[in-house]
Amino acid sequence: MSKPAIETNVIALQEVNKTYANVKVLRDINFNVQSGECIVLVGHNGAGKTSLMKLMLGLTKPTSGDVQVLGKNPAFSASVAQGLALGYLPESVAFYEAMTGREVLSFYAQLKGAGKAECEKLLDLVGLGDAAKRRVGTYSKGMRQRLGLAQAMLGNPQLLFLDEPTTGLDPILRQHFYELIDELQKDGATSIISSHSLHEVEGRASRFIILKSGKMVAMGSLDELYQQATLPVKLKVSVSEGQAARVAERLDMHLNSGVNIMHVNNKSFHLECFKDEKMPLIRHISNLGEDVQDMQIMPPRLDELYSHFMSEERS
Amino acid sequence: MKMVWVLALKELRDGLRNRWIGAAILLLGTLAIALSLLGSAPTGSVRASDLDITVISLSSLSVYLIPLIALMLSFDALVGEFERGTMMLLLTYPVTRWQVIMGKFLGHVLILFIAIFAGYGGAILIMTMLGGSLAGWQAYLVMMMSSLLLGSVFIALGYLLSVLVKERATAAGSAIGLWLVFVVLYDLVLFGALLLDEGQKLSQQLFATLMLISPTDSYRILNLSLFDGVSDAAGIAGIASEAGMSSSLLSGVMLLWVIVPLVATLFVFQRREL
Repeated sequence: MSKPAIETNVIALQEVNKTYANVKVLRDINFNVQSGECIVLVGHNGAGKTSLMKLMLGLTKPTSGDVQVLGKNPAFSASVAQGLALGYLPESVAFYEAMTGREVLSFYAQLKGAGKAECEKLLDLVGLGDAAKRRVGTYSKGMRQRLGLAQAMLGNPQLLFLDEPTTGLDPILRQHFYELIDELQKDGATSIISSHSLHEVEGRASRFIILKSGKMVAMGSLDELYQQATLPVKLKVSVSEGQAARVAERLDMHLNSGVNIMHVNNKSFHLECFKDEKMPLIRHISNLGEDVQDMQIMPPRLDELYSHFMSEERS
Repeated sequence: MKMVWVLALKELRDGLRNRWIGAAILLLGTLAIALSLLGSAPTGSVRASDLDITVISLSSLSVYLIPLIALMLSFDALVGEFERGTMMLLLTYPVTRWQVIMGKFLGHVLILFIAIFAGYGGAILIMTMLGGSLAGWQAYLVMMMSSLLLGSVFIALGYLLSVLVKERATAAGSAIGLWLVFVVLYDLVLFGALLLDEGQKLSQQLFATLMLISPTDSYRILNLSLFDGVSDAAGIAGIASEAGMSSSLLSGVMLLWVIVPLVATLFVFQRREL
């Protein structure tokens, strides 16, 4: 038996609008987030990702509409925090410069009711163990970002808001960072991540929300986005040496006008078609006989879907 | 309450870390020693114990200095954190905005407490060791406590300023303006009016009320008239009691000057979006 939907909704936004000084930064935002989901917000700078996070964190109030986090309006609660562990990593995080890394972390730990041992563990985890007694003022951007991660992870948060979490991190640390997120996710944590690096988040999001000028232009898993988008699928057909042109010609006779044959070279060619023509096309290809040696289907990637949704609503 | 304490200790540590407290102790202590050394000179034949005289000169100086120190502590407290972005992160923690303000206030009052009691109090200890008399210590103690209260007034006023302005630079400028108005200009205007009026329209009662509502004047009257030894030496014996100003009324006025700006700060802060 599945629980009633209302209980599993960690976050619910209804008809949310936000206006700052006559600029509409968010328009008609509607979505629910279920427990354990990993939602990735994508969009250009200024598309409203950070504004959306601030609303959910209770730092700002919606101009109209309703925001519920764990069944409560975050703007009226003690920073969303009735016994709830919440982690937030702001974009370009700032700290008290005069304090050392260890002092900063233990200050935040005290506010979250986390212990000293956890601080030390997190400092080591983000690789700041040796720099912990240095003042934050002397830290590089990457080190601040890591300290930011450490404070977000304090107290095993069940709800994580990460605004551009991997900027300023080197590739190894990025990897490490996502492993940490995975750990929390395994324990059932819900996370909201905004990101520019689409290939990084492509495999881990349960759903994407694509924002453009404060509006949601698309929402769904990679599959659902692909269903919504009218983007062509690409196929690569490999054939025996020297047969590409001939095979392509034979195939062409059977095809509808919606299919394009491209990049014909010695032993392979590419095809492009829309969803509803894909399966008939594959059947045709498999009927071509022994000449066809291999076939690869390449569905649209997230960055292609993203640019598709971005250009679609240019009205 | 635990949250308030955690936040207060952070402010206190900041104060120790950037040598704020050390500098303030040194400044206040040096002034207290200098004035108590000089203090005995102008008394001439008038019988007054050393500490009483020190209270007169030291409280006259504190009325300028303590508000300045308090404003320097507080003008940046909120706008600085808004500007740097640390407030945004802090408010995603399980703390209310009320706790943030009270934590900062408690921390800053503690800093001022240490500075005043170590500075002024330490000076007296040194003077006693050098053979000075401790007579009149009650007046001196009241001066230290009322200095803390005066400082708290300007910490609260500094917060209100800090939550109202948009930039740190504006806050710094306005803090100087606030200091000028409260510490210098108000009295200048008041005495100017009194001189021009030549006792025609301004009744003594009105004048007393106008003095009473200013926190700095309340502080002056409290220190100069509460103890006979001090008020005799200052030449204003009986003025306060004639105008019906008790020490509890005077400190009550100052306490109001703490509470009202603090509540106003909280009111603005609650509505502020980050």
